[in-house]
Amino acid sequence: MKPPIFEYFRPKSIEEAVSVRADHDYSAILAGGQSLIPTMNFRIANPTAIIDISRIDSLAEYRIDDSQIVIGAMVRQRDIELSDSVYKVHPLIRETLEHVAHVPIRCRGTVAGSLAHADAAAELPALLLVSNGCVVAHSASGARIIDANELFQFHMTTSLADNEIITEVRIPVMHDDAGWAFLEFTRRHGDYAVAGVAVILRFSEDGICEESSIASCGIGSRAVRLPEAEAVLLGKKLDSNIINEASQAGKEYVSAADDTHATTEFRQHVLSTILSRAINIAKSRARYGSE
Amino acid sequence: MKKSQIRPDYPERSDDPLHEVNMEVNGELITRNVSPRILLADFIRHHLGLTGTHVGCEHGVCGCCTVIIDGRAARSCLTFAVQADGSKIRTVESLAQDDGSLHPLQEAFKESHALQCGFCTPGFLMSIVSQLEETEGEIDLSEDGIRVMLSGNLCRCTGYQNIVKAVQSAAKRMYKTN
Ligand SMILES: Cc1cc2nc3c(=O)[nH]c(=O)nc-3n(C[C@H](O)[C@H](O)[C@H](O)COP(=O)(O)OP(=O)(O)OC[C@H]3O[C@@H](n4cnc5c(N)ncnc54)[C@H](O)[C@@H]3O)c2cc1C
Ligand code: FES
Ligand code: FES
Repeated sequence: MKPPIFEYFRPKSIEEAVSVRADHDYSAILAGGQSLIPTMNFRIANPTAIIDISRIDSLAEYRIDDSQIVIGAMVRQRDIELSDSVYKVHPLIRETLEHVAHVPIRCRGTVAGSLAHADAAAELPALLLVSNGCVVAHSASGARIIDANELFQFHMTTSLADNEIITEVRIPVMHDDAGWAFLEFTRRHGDYAVAGVAVILRFSEDGICEESSIASCGIGSRAVRLPEAEAVLLGKKLDSNIINEASQAGKEYVSAADDTHATTEFRQHVLSTILSRAINIAKSRARYGSE
Repeated sequence: MKKSQIRPDYPERSDDPLHEVNMEVNGELITRNVSPRILLADFIRHHLGLTGTHVGCEHGVCGCCTVIIDGRAARSCLTFAVQADGSKIRTVESLAQDDGSLHPLQEAFKESHALQCGFCTPGFLMSIVSQLEETEGEIDLSEDGIRVMLSGNLCRCTGYQNIVKAVQSAAKRMYKTN
């Protein structure tokens, strides 16, 4: 249960970090270490070079501009959770973060690190998907933007190349009129989700649903959007029949095989239950949701 | 200044390249050379000789190894000592005074019988102290709220009921809330 030997680098700039990354075949970025170090302690991960990005000052900040929240790769989950300015423009973020592990883990773990780790049951990938967010990735050959729907490939697998580093996470601010909810079912408080859902809804003045965004984690090999459930809500007034129909449509996305926590059937049941609850909560929080 | 409990020297047995680290540990400045693979938990226990910080699971689940890094609770088993270079660390040894008088949270643990074997206790204490300090006591102190606060720490003796009571009474003492 002790980590293997590795070479340790602590770059001061993004340029330096990407050049160390380019020079090593099996490097790993060390952000909060809350997923990397356990896997090293278990000897599942054996990187030969560790690049600690905690001393790159530009990565330690977050800012909010007109349209988006820009979160540097070293910003800790706890900082975003406690930020009132982030809460004001995107209240779903705090509600989601409260489900990620425990306070001492969130004090170290970063938002970007969780996205890069891409656990299929992790909450933040679902948050990025439901919010239409993206990440900025740097390599020696420049920077590119990767949208949420391209980033997550499989459990613990992203479309990041081996030589890339996530430098920023960008999450569009939520519309003032929107309602939101994050709900999950876990075995113990702070565990990864058996099933989790994130919902953002917006309504026209006469109560017609005109924006419907739903994502889920824990139900398959990666976090996913649930377009068929979204489509059921769109363009309609949400009564209990419609909400029920949407939550049934969500079941189709459960692809996880039976495991020690749940059978597929149980997961489907959990998902549809929390999805209908989450839709109801989002509706009640949205302006015009109850018109 | 408190009497030092820190071991002055520790033989480095590994032959990997060493890195110099400087930290303030319980108010004392230290400089050591360590292999990058040394976990902060082991650094604190072996290199510094502060054995109050316990190691249970080494993968972040049990919370026994919780210390305070720059004002915030952290798993010392999920942090390399080199990462903490330049940081301020507080371990359970920092809570009581030199004359043996206890921190209000320790006092409350004692009164409420909130420890049995005590293996988990240092982690509970550091996690609770940091969460109370971080929020200046403005934290949900209902039973449910405290259980969320404690959720990152496991007690195999399972005396949670008394731990909840201890946190409630300590918070009252520390912040004069009701
Ligand atoms: C007991 C426990 C319970 C947990 N429970 C949950 C939970 O319920 N839900 C949940 O979502 N998470 C949970 N986690 C994981 C936690 O949220 C981690 O903090 C998070 O997954 C990783 O963030 P980090 O900053 O610690 O990343 P690290 O551990 O530093 O890195 C994780 C991985 O991402 C890579 N990486 C990190 N940053 C970058 C970057 N900028 N660019 C490219 N690659 C990068 C690393 O190389 C590594 O492979 C738990 C962890 C523990 C120990
Ligand atoms: S030893 Fe660190 S959390 Fe268990
Ligand atoms: S008192 Fe024994 S493990 Fe908690």
